[in-house]
Amino acid sequence: MTGTSPAVVAASKLGLTFQTNDGPVQALSNVDLTIGKGEFVSFIGPSGCGKTTLLRVIADLEKPTSGTISVNGMTAEQAREKRAYGYVFQAAALFPWRTIERNVGLPLEIMGLSKAEQAQRIKRTLDLVNLRGFEKKYPWQLSGGMQQRASIARALAFDADLLLMDEPFGALDEIVRDHLNEQLLELWGRTNKTICFVTHSIPEAVYLSTRIVVMSPRPGRVSDIIESTLPKQRPLDIRETPEFLAIAARVRDGLRAGHSYDD
Amino acid sequence: MKAPMYSWQASLAFLLVIFPIVVFVTNVGVPGLAWPYSGFSGGLAIALVTLPAWFSGRLLKLWEAALCFVCAHGAAVLLLGGIRGHEGTAGPGYYLVLASAWLLAWRCVAILSEQRPLSRLASTALRLIIPAIFGAWILIIWEAVTRGAGIPFILLPPPSAIGARIASSLPVLGADVRQTIFKAVIFGYVVGSGTGFLVAIAADRVPFLRRGLLPIGNMVSALPIIGVAPIMVMWFGFDWQSKAAVVIIMTFFPMLVNTVAGLAASGHMERDLMRTYASGYWQTLLKLRLPAAAPFIFNALKINSTLALIGAIVAEFFGTPVVGMGFRISTEVGRMNIDMVWAEIAVAALAGSVFYGVVALVERAVTFWHPSVRGG
Ligand SMILES: Nc1ncnc2c1ncn2[C@@H]1O[C@H](COP(=O)(O)OP(=O)(O)O)[C@@H](O)[C@H]1O
Ligand SMILES: [Mg+2]
Repeated sequence: MTGTSPAVVAASKLGLTFQTNDGPVQALSNVDLTIGKGEFVSFIGPSGCGKTTLLRVIADLEKPTSGTISVNGMTAEQAREKRAYGYVFQAAALFPWRTIERNVGLPLEIMGLSKAEQAQRIKRTLDLVNLRGFEKKYPWQLSGGMQQRASIARALAFDADLLLMDEPFGALDEIVRDHLNEQLLELWGRTNKTICFVTHSIPEAVYLSTRIVVMSPRPGRVSDIIESTLPKQRPLDIRETPEFLAIAARVRDGLRAGHSYDD
Repeated sequence: MKAPMYSWQASLAFLLVIFPIVVFVTNVGVPGLAWPYSGFSGGLAIALVTLPAWFSGRLLKLWEAALCFVCAHGAAVLLLGGIRGHEGTAGPGYYLVLASAWLLAWRCVAILSEQRPLSRLASTALRLIIPAIFGAWILIIWEAVTRGAGIPFILLPPPSAIGARIASSLPVLGADVRQTIFKAVIFGYVVGSGTGFLVAIAADRVPFLRRGLLPIGNMVSALPIIGVAPIMVMWFGFDWQSKAAVVIIMTFFPMLVNTVAGLAASGHMERDLMRTYASGYWQTLLKLRLPAAAPFIFNALKINSTLALIGAIVAEFFGTPVVGMGFRISTEVGRMNIDMVWAEIAVAALAGSVFYGVVALVERAVTFWHPSVRGG
């Protein structure tokens, strides 16, 4: 494998059909996608277009009904068992009976790391998300934004190269969201992780990503993939530049094209 | 100057004693009258319940509460002393004074429960004082009415007689508690709840057990213990073991059903999270599902603390060595020693409350994170 960097995520002809009481629901159909190491890929689209489902298939929380998926060159299941990724859910999903530090340490406990190693990694990741000083607090003593940061710390704690994030900032207000977006970009720049990020905010997707995957519903599919031309260094006010607005306009067009299918 | 704010309780207390005051004043010196007209103690009691009506609006709240407290309980003590030896002679004056004193106690509790104490100590004290006054007045009214109306001892003995009986029968009561609670109840509770818990985990691991056991569980929990107890006596003999068996049967299924429900209580997202860590069954059980099930498990433990006591006492009605709370109740009823029956009931109530209280305290400590405990 020297020299060539293999795809972190490779999906081909991926499809998933849920059997529901109202008949089959085609949540994903014919998804072809390759994500390379160090990319920041956003998935955007109206709700119900299969963004969460795609992320869950990558995470092996859902099995595809057709096509293939590989993660780090393995099957999704093998990758999950090797703890190849950290997953950040839409809600923080912290355990209320554990302090913040013990929540962040949860995956480390499960992996059976030594106490000293755990303590060191907890400290490092809490520093990374600016939660120093809140180690001994319980989740319900923290604001929503801090809880979500703790849940990101938890996904970072075991140092997987791939980060899967499903609308992690969806429930937060704009100001907190901007702040966390900045921090996330900075973290990504520093760690060279691969990030798959689900959102339904166009500015968020454009601001964060190296590539934007536009999806459309019924059946859930990839309708457009847009490469970002923005530099890696992105101050918040890059969002007012013509380049940024041009990319945003392309994403919006892509979304509209997906919709016209319905109307 | 603000006009004084008279409380309705103190005002009504005063209105109620106008009639006794008139009778008292017009009959000073007449011999042979019933309490409160018979002398100094009645007069003092009437004066005590009148007092707060004049002062209630002019004092600081806490002083008013203290005044009401002293007057209400002073009058109660005088009243109970006055009726002793004259059971069944109470007239309207007696009940009017009792009602006034009770209203003042109400006023006192009303003021205390409005207080927003600043220190933890004060708030703990308040949490204890308010129910204590409440309980005391249940006993005072019970005592006053049974003595005042001369209710036959067999129907309802006054609490003082029950208290005296408890004091004079401590060794017997102690032996009964040891037999029934420390042997049958504790053993049955621990074994019944423990196996219920373990079987719930087995049922969680093995789905066909769950489908088979839960319907049977519902059926067995509908079994009348009256029917089971004699059979247990045949199987396990007269001593405490057969009572423990009844307790085991009663406590097993609430724990089983609650634990199974609790194990299903953790959220999908949390379980998916554990899956992303490739966490195994036991790790997920220990780190997620059991902590999430704790409120359910404690619910079962609290239900079981009550069931165990009832089960053990009732089971003793069906044959037992000559000791035990249920045995004592059934034999002393036959001998018309009603005060002893009440003494056992009081001891059982106390033991049951302590048992429940201890479980509830442990629950607060373990499920401190639950919204119902942390109050959010
Ligand atoms: N577990 C499931 N069972 C049945 N249908 C599902 C399930 N999960 C998702 N779906 C359906 O699949 C489609 C895509 O859902 P989802 O991936 O959650 O969309 P998004 O995250 O883009 O809003 C929706 O129509 C949804 O109702
Ligand atoms: Mg979604």
